[in-house]
Amino acid sequence: MTYKSLNDPFNPDLSLRHEAGCTCSRCTADRDTREEGQLPLAAGAAAAGTAPESLIQTETLASEEAVMDRAIESAVVRSVFGHSEISRRSFLGLLGSGTAAALLGSVFPMEAAKAAIKETMSTGKLEKTKLDVGFVPITCATPIIMAHPMGFYERYGLDVSVIKTAGWAVARDKSLSMEYDAAHMLTPMPLAMSMGAGSTAKPFIMPAVENINGQAIVLHNDHKDKRDPRQWKGFKFGVPFEYSMHNFLLRYYVAEHGLDPDTDIQIRVVPPPEMVANLRAGNLDGYLSPDPFNQRAVWEKVGFIHTLTKDIWEGHPCCAFACSQEFAETHPNTYGALLRSIIDATHYSAKPENRKEIAEAIAPKNYLNQPVPVIEQVLTGRFADGLGNVQNVPDRIDFDPFPWHSMGVWILTQMKRWGYIKGDVNYQQIAEEVYVAGETAKVMKELGYEPPAKTYENYTIMGKEFDYTRPEEYINSFAIRRS
Amino acid sequence: MIHSLKFRAAIVSVVLLALFLGIWEGLNAPPGDTQPLTEYEKLMGGASQEARVPQPSAVFSLAMEELGNPFYDAGPNDKGIGIQLGYSLYRVLTGFFMAALVALPIGFLVGMSPLMQKALNPFIQVLKPISPLAWMPLALFIIKDSEASAIFVIFICSIWPMLINTAFGVANVRQDWVNVARTHELGHLKTAFQVILPAAAPTILTGMRISIGIAWLVIVAAEMLVGGTGIGYYVWNEWNNLDLTSVIFSILMIGIVGMLLDAALASVNRLVEYQE
Repeated sequence: MTYKSLNDPFNPDLSLRHEAGCTCSRCTADRDTREEGQLPLAAGAAAAGTAPESLIQTETLASEEAVMDRAIESAVVRSVFGHSEISRRSFLGLLGSGTAAALLGSVFPMEAAKAAIKETMSTGKLEKTKLDVGFVPITCATPIIMAHPMGFYERYGLDVSVIKTAGWAVARDKSLSMEYDAAHMLTPMPLAMSMGAGSTAKPFIMPAVENINGQAIVLHNDHKDKRDPRQWKGFKFGVPFEYSMHNFLLRYYVAEHGLDPDTDIQIRVVPPPEMVANLRAGNLDGYLSPDPFNQRAVWEKVGFIHTLTKDIWEGHPCCAFACSQEFAETHPNTYGALLRSIIDATHYSAKPENRKEIAEAIAPKNYLNQPVPVIEQVLTGRFADGLGNVQNVPDRIDFDPFPWHSMGVWILTQMKRWGYIKGDVNYQQIAEEVYVAGETAKVMKELGYEPPAKTYENYTIMGKEFDYTRPEEYINSFAIRRS
Repeated sequence: MIHSLKFRAAIVSVVLLALFLGIWEGLNAPPGDTQPLTEYEKLMGGASQEARVPQPSAVFSLAMEELGNPFYDAGPNDKGIGIQLGYSLYRVLTGFFMAALVALPIGFLVGMSPLMQKALNPFIQVLKPISPLAWMPLALFIIKDSEASAIFVIFICSIWPMLINTAFGVANVRQDWVNVARTHELGHLKTAFQVILPAAAPTILTGMRISIGIAWLVIVAAEMLVGGTGIGYYVWNEWNNLDLTSVIFSILMIGIVGMLLDAALASVNRLVEYQE
């Protein structure tokens, strides 16, 4: 593209004004064609083709970036000369353009100005607007899903297709192959994928947590009399994926009750939608799975809710929004817009008064494909537990995008504890590389939300203290562990 | 006419179907909720004690609804049954014809040359019994595209019946005919195309008929695994919602389309049949 008003401001032979009588090739070409009665636009191209000397004078700026740079330079140079073309051209002619540029650069921070202006402009220009975002049909993905019917993606200029995925392994593979631009994942997955645990290693980043809490342990109706985990020896449990909070929380929970999750019970990987059918068939005695399949088991009169995971660890992270580092780097503006829409949607989902409306928006076939009352019970926290009670737990599931580094460290300690990763682990470094809390905080601030001032904190999980500064000691403090 | 076997068989079929559907309908009548529900009962999804198999009448009315508008498109995860079947058919036929392109020449080679038969046999024996879906993770990893991976799975499962039947058909062409061709001094290529191919065609087409049957079986499982589109995804999506009415409806559709595919190849087979 050629921008007539964007001639090199350091070239004394070129006018920046193009007023009547301007001698630059573009202007003369334009005048010629007007005299011949042709359309100026078509003729401009023709002139560029026929008159070779015009190529020397009117350069073509290759990228939008170059155009932006030139516009900024031009503005600065013009203002230095009080917008007088004559003094600019005579001064530069005297000094030579290179010297003048260096001289100007020494008193005015040109590069910094360019960077600052482009930064503020960058929110506007998206590299890619049509995106594919994968999700597994569970309520943890609520912000990712509801952003589609409720217009959060559109608000940030994106045309996102949210694509239902059959399970986490497929979501992982489709993310690794870049078939998905970004995807709903489990919080441990980007850590595992970045380290190459259970897949090929590819750097993934997790700029937002989707939900906190929101899971439950469900048992088959036959086990209503076995509410003490110590009676669970020989039980078959389902979890949705190996690298999941579900797996780590179930292991933690039974181990705290003295059961070894690897020998005393059996843990099977079952995709969430298949949980209820397996429970009914007696293939599972219980599961720790995402909703709505806990509530669905109650609705189908197959099982009851034994405990909500919020009672194991209040405020634990669960699912995440993640993408490859490559996507974020090659499409920084699109990535920014996507992140803004997700964080905005997550905050919208966090408000209890919006939950009913969201339940209706995400229930149809295109999204969760579940009965509205089931989703509503999960999101509003007023639910039947299958034991004859109506419980009222408003924060049964909650939404908070901030990816605490300490959560990453905790997940890594459990991966190490159960032998999913071996050897020396640099806990904080990996957590900080994958959980990009800084970007989240920036976007949160921009959208008017208050991000936490720190990225690490300690947790108390089932009465046991987790100190993020001492991960190895924490692992060794457990009686039941693999390493 | 009335006493023809065909007619009487049809009557028995209809009576059997009516009996079967009647019993099914009668056994699965849902109990009505008579008293007003408490909040707990409402949150439990009504007072009916357990989930039951949907009645044929429910399946029928769903079928009417789905077939009345088979090509609606409400976003990437909700498309009409016609579109879903179209995607599945496209994958099956693409994989099937790619397999034919590979299997028929190799089958010919194996059938005509005892050396190649002995040399390739171990490979065929090892690869043939592998479940097509076992290839899926590897295919996803290498091809890096779920659509192409599904087609690859169809390709790999279609190839073996075609290859083996082609080899068998070619190897068992009557030696007399080959000898006659030789006395007429026909070249190798001419012998292959003018004598062996027509003679082996019925066996080759039987292989293709077996292949398309297997391919149609496999596509449902493959699409359940990768999701996205297709009749397999449709079944998975309805299972996800534990909606048995839709599952039964899609089972019927899978059966009908499979039957049509088989009938199509059977009619092609009749075209190349000959009397000795």
